[in-house]
Amino acid sequence: MTVTAPAPAKARPRGGAPRPGGQATGVRRWLMATGGLVVALVFVAPYLIMLTGSFKTRSEILRVPATYLPQQWVPSNYVTMWSTPETPLPYNMVSTIVISVCATLLVLAVAMPAAYYTARFRFPGRVAFLLLVLMTQMLQPTVLAAGLFREFITLGINDTWLAMILVNGAFNLSFAVWIMHSFFASVPAELDEAAMLDGASRLQILRRVTLPLVWPGIVTAIIFTFVAAWNEFAASLVILTTAENQPLSVALTKFVGQYESAWQYVFAVSVVGIVPVVLLFALIEKRLVAGLTAGAIK
Amino acid sequence: MTSPSSAMRRPGSRWREGRAALPWLAPALVLIAAIVFFPAGYMAWTSLRDLSQFGVDRGPAGLDNYARLLDFAPLGRVLLNTAVWVTGVVGVTLLVSLGLAQFLSKAFPGRRVVRLTVIVPWAASVVMTSTVFYYGTDPFYGIINRFLVDVGVLDTGYGFTRNPLSAFLLAMGVAVFVSLPFTTYTLLAGLQTVPADVVEAAQMDGASRWTLYRRITLPLLRPAIAVATIINIINVFNSLPILQVITGSLPGYSADTTTTLIFKFIRADRQVDTASALSVVNFLIVLAVIAIYLRIVKPMRED
Repeated sequence: MTVTAPAPAKARPRGGAPRPGGQATGVRRWLMATGGLVVALVFVAPYLIMLTGSFKTRSEILRVPATYLPQQWVPSNYVTMWSTPETPLPYNMVSTIVISVCATLLVLAVAMPAAYYTARFRFPGRVAFLLLVLMTQMLQPTVLAAGLFREFITLGINDTWLAMILVNGAFNLSFAVWIMHSFFASVPAELDEAAMLDGASRLQILRRVTLPLVWPGIVTAIIFTFVAAWNEFAASLVILTTAENQPLSVALTKFVGQYESAWQYVFAVSVVGIVPVVLLFALIEKRLVAGLTAGAIK
Repeated sequence: MTSPSSAMRRPGSRWREGRAALPWLAPALVLIAAIVFFPAGYMAWTSLRDLSQFGVDRGPAGLDNYARLLDFAPLGRVLLNTAVWVTGVVGVTLLVSLGLAQFLSKAFPGRRVVRLTVIVPWAASVVMTSTVFYYGTDPFYGIINRFLVDVGVLDTGYGFTRNPLSAFLLAMGVAVFVSLPFTTYTLLAGLQTVPADVVEAAQMDGASRWTLYRRITLPLLRPAIAVATIINIINVFNSLPILQVITGSLPGYSADTTTTLIFKFIRADRQVDTASALSVVNFLIVLAVIAIYLRIVKPMRED
């Protein structure tokens, strides 16, 4: 939270190496493994309910009492969910993908130059700029929904993908700038100078020297932005009024009715929405701790 | 290096340096100005206007929108709910995460998998997670209710989501559940900064585990705790989907926070002007809470 976020990445023991007192042996080790299993079960239990529920028939999912596992597995939910009267799901899927991919690209295009420049050069207004970026973290789309809604109506882009791309881009900017800033700052300037003495061009230096070193930071920023945009709900709810434009997070709620709910579709859509994101997170799990150390704590 | 020291610079050079930075920062500045600060200002302005249900500006309203908020009878209850919601969720999240992070920092078989499962609620959309809990706690077909009956906790399924109090408490539980991954990982990152040799030295001196934790680990975790707490305060305060899914179908306002009330004003009543006034109040409350937190806890104090 200080303004000059220093070197991240390298200084860290890999994957949180065991520290003194943590070097458990024998029985204690297995006791801890059992504890770990309990923790894991608690955290995945709701998602197991989702997964098994997505294979139940409409009548079975409303059965009293509930069944733990489907008595009749119906994978066809994953086919029929795409054509229901509740919501045009194929469009919702496309909306989610377009909005989160474009928002991520927007964040990269906007945050990377700022992160690079503020990490490499001292100039008047540098600290002010970084604080300004930090301030946006405090304002969330939820608080601003009413203002954004009015602004987009005035601009004539309410209920468009563009509006949500801008919103997701702007509200994820601060994290991306901060995390990339700290990674760029961790690359010593001498490295550039040495490469330049060897006759490398600026672009070559950026591509061959700097980028490989800051890549973990960029990947972390990309995944964070993508996940946040993928799951965004509050602003979409207010700004996207046409069913075709709404993302999965909003479309999902259409299956839950006052009197009748198509839970099997709610859960099948959820599984489709969650799996890609969990896979993305699994890719950076090891780096997550380093990224958070760099971006937030130091 | 070879450039002259700053004391020798000509007065114009500061401006030139600032101008050179502009192309690099301009895109970020434009995006922030257009999508964060402009709507914030626009909202503050809207809160002083009289808007029709169709968004037609009918002229200045002075402080009428704020006055209408004060006259809004359930406001006291909503503010109380908000206070309980934020302090309860953030406090419990922090306590559980401290234990969880400590546990996950130790080596044991399968730790990598356990760490991965802890991420899942973070990766999943909050709407989806809340929906599963809403379904699972249905008094008749809810699978969580069946489980509670099977293990003997309940005699018969309980309608957690059918009355405001239990629905609100359930929503708080879900909010803690989805806040745990980020908080735990931030604290895990903080634990990495606790130098092993200091801990070792203290152990040599015969410090007990609890003393060790309280006197060494906890103070060193302070920045991580501060970051986690502040981000959680902002997120929990502004959280909409959990309450919307779990208590949204209950009539009245007895399970609402200021944030969900804003959305009821916008979506159900189409009162964008009143909603704007409440949004301004909401933002000021967040600022005040964070300021008070920083004042009391002084998380950045270096000692």
